This record gives sequence, C-alpha cells and structure tokens, in this order.
Amino acid sequence: MKEKAIVQGFANNLDGRNRKGAVWHVLFQASTIVGIIALIALLFNVIDSAFGYVAYEARVDPDTLSVDGTPVEDQSKEQLVALVQSTLSSGAYNKLENEKSFALRSREEVYQLIVERIIRPKVVQVWKLWPSLTQADEIRATVTQDYPGAELDFVSWLTTDFVTRPQTSEPLTAGVRTAILGSLWTILFTILLAFPIGVGAAIYLEEYASENWFSRIIQTNINNLAGVPSIVYGILGLAIFVRALEAFTSGKIFGIVNLTSANGRTVLSAGLTLGLLVLPIIIINAQEAIRAVPRSLRNASYGVGATKWQTVWSHVLPTALPGILTGTILAISRAIGETAPLIVVGASTAISFDPSSPFSKFTTLPIQIYQWTSRPQDEFRSLAAASILVLLVLLLSLNASAVLLRNRFSRRF
Amino acid sequence: MAELTLKKNTEKKASTISLHRKPRWGETIIQGLLFFSGFFSIFITLGIVYELGKEAFLFFQMPGVDLLATITTTEWKPHVNKFGIWPLLTSTMMTTLIAMAIAIPLGMSVAIYLSEYASPRVRNTLKPILEVLAGIPTIVYGYFALTFMTPLLREIFGRDVVQIYNTGSAGLVMGILILPLITSMTEDSLSAVPRSLREAAYGVGGTKLEVALQIVVPAALSGIAAAIIVGISRAIGETMIVAVAAGAGPNFTFSPFVGAETITGHIVRISGGDLSYDSIDYNSIFALGLFLFLITLTLNIISQAIVRRFREVYE
Repeated sequence: MKEKAIVQGFANNLDGRNRKGAVWHVLFQASTIVGIIALIALLFNVIDSAFGYVAYEARVDPDTLSVDGTPVEDQSKEQLVALVQSTLSSGAYNKLENEKSFALRSREEVYQLIVERIIRPKVVQVWKLWPSLTQADEIRATVTQDYPGAELDFVSWLTTDFVTRPQTSEPLTAGVRTAILGSLWTILFTILLAFPIGVGAAIYLEEYASENWFSRIIQTNINNLAGVPSIVYGILGLAIFVRALEAFTSGKIFGIVNLTSANGRTVLSAGLTLGLLVLPIIIINAQEAIRAVPRSLRNASYGVGATKWQTVWSHVLPTALPGILTGTILAISRAIGETAPLIVVGASTAISFDPSSPFSKFTTLPIQIYQWTSRPQDEFRSLAAASILVLLVLLLSLNASAVLLRNRFSRRF
Repeated sequence: MAELTLKKNTEKKASTISLHRKPRWGETIIQGLLFFSGFFSIFITLGIVYELGKEAFLFFQMPGVDLLATITTTEWKPHVNKFGIWPLLTSTMMTTLIAMAIAIPLGMSVAIYLSEYASPRVRNTLKPILEVLAGIPTIVYGYFALTFMTPLLREIFGRDVVQIYNTGSAGLVMGILILPLITSMTEDSLSAVPRSLREAAYGVGGTKLEVALQIVVPAALSGIAAAIIVGISRAIGETMIVAVAAGAGPNFTFSPFVGAETITGHIVRISGGDLSYDSIDYNSIFALGLFLFLITLTLNIISQAIVRRFREVYE
C-alpha cells in the first residue's frame, strides 16, 4: 500500500519535472545562442564600420589646378610634375625627389602624390555600411544640402593600399604598413627568446627533471606565470629591458647611435617583453606534446645504446614537433594581439617610417587600433575597423596553419 | 695460431673495459642548458617580485605617500599627492562584478548544454566558435565595447544617464570575453565525470536536468570553482577593454553608467606618454602592478588548491 503511494507520488510529479527539464533545456540553449549572437554582433560591428559612404571636401579645389582647360586628372605626367614643382616648396620637392626620383615615378604615382599633398581631401562625414546600403538616397540628399562642395564616395577602408601605405595623419591616405612591419619585427624577437627557452624548459621538465620538490616548484611557478596579467609583464619589461638594459636594447653597446631609438623603447624591448609573456604558454604546450610521445619509443632508443640526448634529439623531439609547433603558433597569435604590455613598454604614438633594425622605435597593429579607436572622429573609427580586419585575418591564418599542422603531422600511438 | 691471437685480443679488451660511466661532456653541457631553460621561469617571477617590489617600496618612501592613507582614503589625484586606492579598486570591482554576472551563468549554461545536451555534431560546430571568441585580441573587444555596447546602453537607458565612457559597457563586454574561458574549463570538468555516474542516476529515474544539475555538476564542482576563480583573476587583470571604454580618470562611484578608471586602465593611461624614471607616476604604476600581481597570484593559487583538495577521483 505504502509502496503504491510512493509510485503514485513519483508519477504525479513526473509532468512537472519534465516541464522543468524542458524549460531549463531552452535556457541552456538560449545561453549558447547568446554567445553566438555576441560573436556575430562583434564581427558585424567591425565590418559595418570598415565600409560605407564618405563625404569629403578638397582643401584645394581641383578646378584651380587645370591647365588650358585640361582638368588635373587628365593631365600628362610632365604637366603633373610641373604642377608639383610649382606648388610645393623646393625643400619638400627635393625631399620627394630624394625618396624616389620623379623620372622613375609613374603618372599614377605622381597623380596620387598630388591628391595627397596638394588637393588634400578632408573627410566631413562618414557613414557606416548598413545605412550606406539602406539609406543611400537620404545620404546623398544630406550631402548636397549640408556640404555643397563635398564629394560623396562609397569607400572600402580596407584595401590593398591600406595594407601597403605607411601611417599618416590624413584618414583617407593612412595605412598600416608601419604597424604590420612593427608587429613582424617584434614577433621575430619574441620567437627568438621564447621558442628555444620554452622548448628547452619543457624537455628539462619532462625528460630530465626528477620528481622532487624542486621540479614541482618550477612547474607550479610556470602555471602561475601563465595567469599573471599581461600588463604586469609590460611593467617588468619597462623596468628590465627599457631601463636596466637600455644600453643593450637601444644598441649603444653595439656602437649603434640611432637617433630614432627612443631610450630603449625599441622593437627589441617589445619583442623580449612579449617573449617573457608567452614563455609559460609555450612551455606548457610543449610539455603536453612531449608527454604524448610513448615511453616505448624512448626505451627502444635506449635499447640500441643511444644516450639520453640522442634519444631526445632524434626520437622524442621529431615525434613531438608538430605538437610543439602548434602550441608555439597559438602562443605567437596571442603575442600578436597583445596591446597593454607594449603601451607600458613605450610604443610610439605616431611614426610613419618603417622599423629598420632591432633598435627602431615601434608601433604594432593592436597599438595602431588602440590609437585610432581612442580618437573621437568617425573616420578614425573606420580606420580602426579596417585594421581590426587585417589583424583578424592575420590571426585566423595563423590559427588555421596551426590546425593544419596538427591534422597533417600528428601521429597517434 | 689465429685462434690464439683472437683469444689474446679479447682478453686484452676485457681487461681494459671500465665499468665507470664514460664522461660525455656534450651531454653535460646540453643538460646544463636545459636546466637553465627550466630555471629561467623562476628568474621571471623573481624579476617581477624584485623590480615591482623595489619600485613600490620607493613609491611609499616618496614624500606625501603613505601606505595607511593609500588603503583608507578615496581620492587618487597624483598631481596633488593624493593616492587613495579606493576609486581605482571600486571600478575594478565594478567591471569584474558585471563581467562575472554575465560570464558565470552564461558560461556554465553553455558548458552544461555542450557537455550534457548537445549532439556530437552540434558540439563539434560550437566548440570552434567558442575558440574563435577566445582567440580574438582584447583590443577588438575594447573597440566593440566603445562602438557597439556603449551606444546600445545609451539607447536603452537614455543619453543623459549613460556617459560615453562607463564601467557598465566595459564590464558587459568583458563578460563576453571571459565566457569562453569559463565555458571551456567547466566543460572539461563536466566531461571528466564518468558515464557510469550519469547512468546510475538515469537508472533510478532522474530526468536529464536532474542528472545534469544534481549529479554531474556537484561531481565537477571543484573544476567549476577553479574556472570561476580563474575567470575573476582574468577580469581583474584585463586591460584594453577598460582602457578604451571605461573612462580616463579615477572616480569613486558605484554607478555602472559613469566613467571610472580601473587599476589596469590607470597604468595604461599613465604610461602612455613618455614616462620619466623615478617620477611619482613611474613608481606608482609599479605599486599598482605589484598589487595586481599579488591579487591574481593569490586567486590562481587558490584555484589550483581547490582543484587539488576537492577533486573527486573516480576510477
């Protein structure tokens, strides 16, 4: 009798329990969808700003530049060069001539120069992609009403020119070449520091260290370092690489006197700082890869008389290499996206010349994005969006190569 | 004759074989280098503690700076020598709190969905998406906070209520940033719970939800707690989102709609220009950095201790 009541109670409650289960199921699913929506919103927001209508006014009216009724865009190269010579100061002209002789420049290049240096278009208003697509007529009406002299163009802020042009203060002609080269230089030194030491440490911990308090301390320390905020590494880099090792990071001890090297705030300092930052990540990933190499491989090697290092070098490392490289690529993509430590180390705010040595001043892609984002004008936000797309494409291709590497070379035992 | 020579030779050889280990200098050098690499990480920690400690000590030696005033007063104004840490601390706590209010429920729900509900096909599509979210640089999230979340908040709550820079939008976006971290750590510990436990629970008539929440989640609790603590530590140290979106200028406030600078945001703004050595600003960022380092280190150690101490081990 009692037993039946329990079964009854159990069954009575069943509908309620199932309903509760269904509600929570929907909740769990909704949370997942919220996460996906966040990602879509983020990407949409970036793309929305990277394209769209731009209204700009010329600081010098191109009509005043026409010769004998020929508008400036139809003039021959000789006419354009003459125009440059007559308009710019002789100092500015000679500087351009020194950079690249006018005889060697194509007509297109000279025309581009005239647009940049003489006509100098100025952005008056920027529209995002979505309104540009849906309200094109209203935008045209606004422009003819508010800015009668302005020209309206649909602009893709992300172009091949954007990637290859140096940074300038003019939004329409600014590019990220300086920043990309800065990122690459920085990453070079990050790899040079972090890869050998990281893999070495992983080999030591996995193959050589015995299980004692000392190796446990090193291991715990590495795990803790991986959780230290990146800005703390920036402060450490400021104290050690920029200040204490200034003679080294500014190139003084190599006898290099570089007027552009800003007291140790150089590519080298930045790269080494990021090297310290990614070192724990590389060690942890490399350890995992080495641990996945089966014991039997090592024993077989010892069995034919190989020494410890011969075993590690000829058997363990080649087998673990795809895993180690995958982990390293992931660590590098983390380093490429880092901003905060580099600001503390002293990234330069506005440099338009490419870094040429380890002792150059630097700016990197994320720093460039940060600077453009912090400016209130919409046109700089659009530049920031375009550089974000460049950065994301760079990171995506790095990650894709890591995945390919893992799938192509990984062996299962 | 030949046999004899052979015998002689072997005898001779046997007598010279030494049972001592042959010294291999190359191996020893390599081992030394590897040991140095392993030890290098200790140098980093020592470097952090020494450099930050030294400059922080100098900071508190400066005229007008006093440790007691720093931890009790509520004004951080370096130009008039007022260094009360509370305005920086409250805004750090605000952004962290908002971020965790988003990331903990969402992150755990997503983790439970992925590990208990989703079919393998759905899981295999969703996990890469989460990895993409986790791989996006934080400056991009900062841009997102300033150009999307802030206008959205101003649209919802009114332009005169929500300032252009505010801790609310920074906190919300930080929640999205930390979501994949909490999800993947929680999911790992949920999937480590053995199948047999779930099957036993189904066997006595549990529904899917009851099995998930009353059996699997409690069994994975140590991992989930560790995930939450690591998330908090990440939120406290997060820099670029707050530097871009939370405002420039310390502000002692508990409103999520006004600008207030966090510890990390302050360090970034102060060091943005050319900072001159041994100035009070220079030393103050080391003191703040040391504070950040100690907080996050403590949180990380706690999370590791929880995993070690409370892990339920099943064979």
